[in-house]
Amino acid sequence: MNVLRAAFAIALKDLRVERRNREVINAAFSFALVVLLLFSFTFDPSGEETREMSGGLLWLVFSFAGVLVLNRSFARETSNDCLDALVAAPVPGAAIFLGKALANALLLLVLELACLPVFGIFYNVRWQVNFGWLLVVFVLGTWGFTVIGTVFSALTVNVRLRELMLPLLVFPVTVPALMASVQLTTALFSGQPIAPELLWLRLLVGFDLIFTLLGVALVETLLVG
Amino acid sequence: MSKEPLIAARGVWKFFGDFAALREIDLEVAAGTTLALLGRNGAGKTTLLRMLAALSSPSRGSVTVGGWSLRQSSARARLGIIGHGIWVYDDLTAQENLEFFAGLYGIPKPQPQIDRWLESTGLTRVRHSPAREFSRGMRQRLAIARAFFHDPDILLLDEPFTALDDRAAALLSGLVEQAHAGGHTVIISTHQLREALALATDVAVLDRGRLAFRGPNTPELQAPPEDFYRQFTEQNAG
Repeated sequence: MNVLRAAFAIALKDLRVERRNREVINAAFSFALVVLLLFSFTFDPSGEETREMSGGLLWLVFSFAGVLVLNRSFARETSNDCLDALVAAPVPGAAIFLGKALANALLLLVLELACLPVFGIFYNVRWQVNFGWLLVVFVLGTWGFTVIGTVFSALTVNVRLRELMLPLLVFPVTVPALMASVQLTTALFSGQPIAPELLWLRLLVGFDLIFTLLGVALVETLLVG
Repeated sequence: MSKEPLIAARGVWKFFGDFAALREIDLEVAAGTTLALLGRNGAGKTTLLRMLAALSSPSRGSVTVGGWSLRQSSARARLGIIGHGIWVYDDLTAQENLEFFAGLYGIPKPQPQIDRWLESTGLTRVRHSPAREFSRGMRQRLAIARAFFHDPDILLLDEPFTALDDRAAALLSGLVEQAHAGGHTVIISTHQLREALALATDVAVLDRGRLAFRGPNTPELQAPPEDFYRQFTEQNAG
């Protein structure tokens, strides 16, 4: 079966299951809102310094909320041993990985777009100015974060302390993608053009490509013990 | 063995840490065989069956189906598996579960097959209800439909009758008999000797990870469990 078609089928299944039970999106969105609210009490929302660290603040929230999304990605398959059904099916491991990563990325993107207006109000940030480029950065940054997270989600699916292990493994490896996303987001929030920051954009694209290929190559070994 | 083997495990070892769960297994199964894979608890039946189902890879040796490695999708497409889990999604309806697996098995227009299997498993009335709302028996019947509906020519059944209600057990027995009559290959791993020997054309007995016996199912093998295993395990120890 075509890898992409199988990946879409798996992603669609994950999104359908999530639409039914909303166990991930509700928890992640509530968590993100609480963190945004708590940070807004800590910093002076009108301060120039706050705006300068706005990108970092936002991606910190996205990363923590993202781990909640990633934790359930493969764990969802452990009920009724459904992961065995996926591994035994005549689809390549790459399709399972890409399908899972796609569903995770879409869920996280929905979460990010829902948080953005709230962030704008709490921190007095004009996020609409460069929204097109901001969307590009969100898509690239989220994909980079989720491909790494999906690989480690597969790796830790049968680990007892999965919820603790996953962030410990994911955050160090995603540092380059997060740094690039933070720099670009901060620049775009400040109303600057993207041109001086193109190096970060290239880094993000390169990171996404390399880790997507690595994930595709590694996942079968991780899933078949 | 006179016929070319459809399934071949050659020199298979499986280690979990230092523990060897399977030791140098050489097992060939010809097309059309119904093989009862027997052994006491911990003999390695499930480990071997998981390997034949592409769910685990051998530490040493190789497993092939029709001459192909199980990492080939085309080899896995021939397998119908009932394992310890039921392999259905609780949050999807019966219809959606079968649609999803039809997609993974590359069945282009699956609706007639889905209708047929929902009908034969008695789930047509609840096809649009999530599996989590099903009774245990209904979930088991959905699992049977999921395993059979892509018309696999090799069935791998790990303790398939355990915890089945009467209706699901009768359904599964009928399907296994039909599969055998249709020339399909069946491997059943079970503790239920009488049922397994009634269905099987061939028998393989595992003892502490080794293949202690492999041969045709003959009337001499029809013995009570304690005697049945003793004849092979003593042979193996000797």
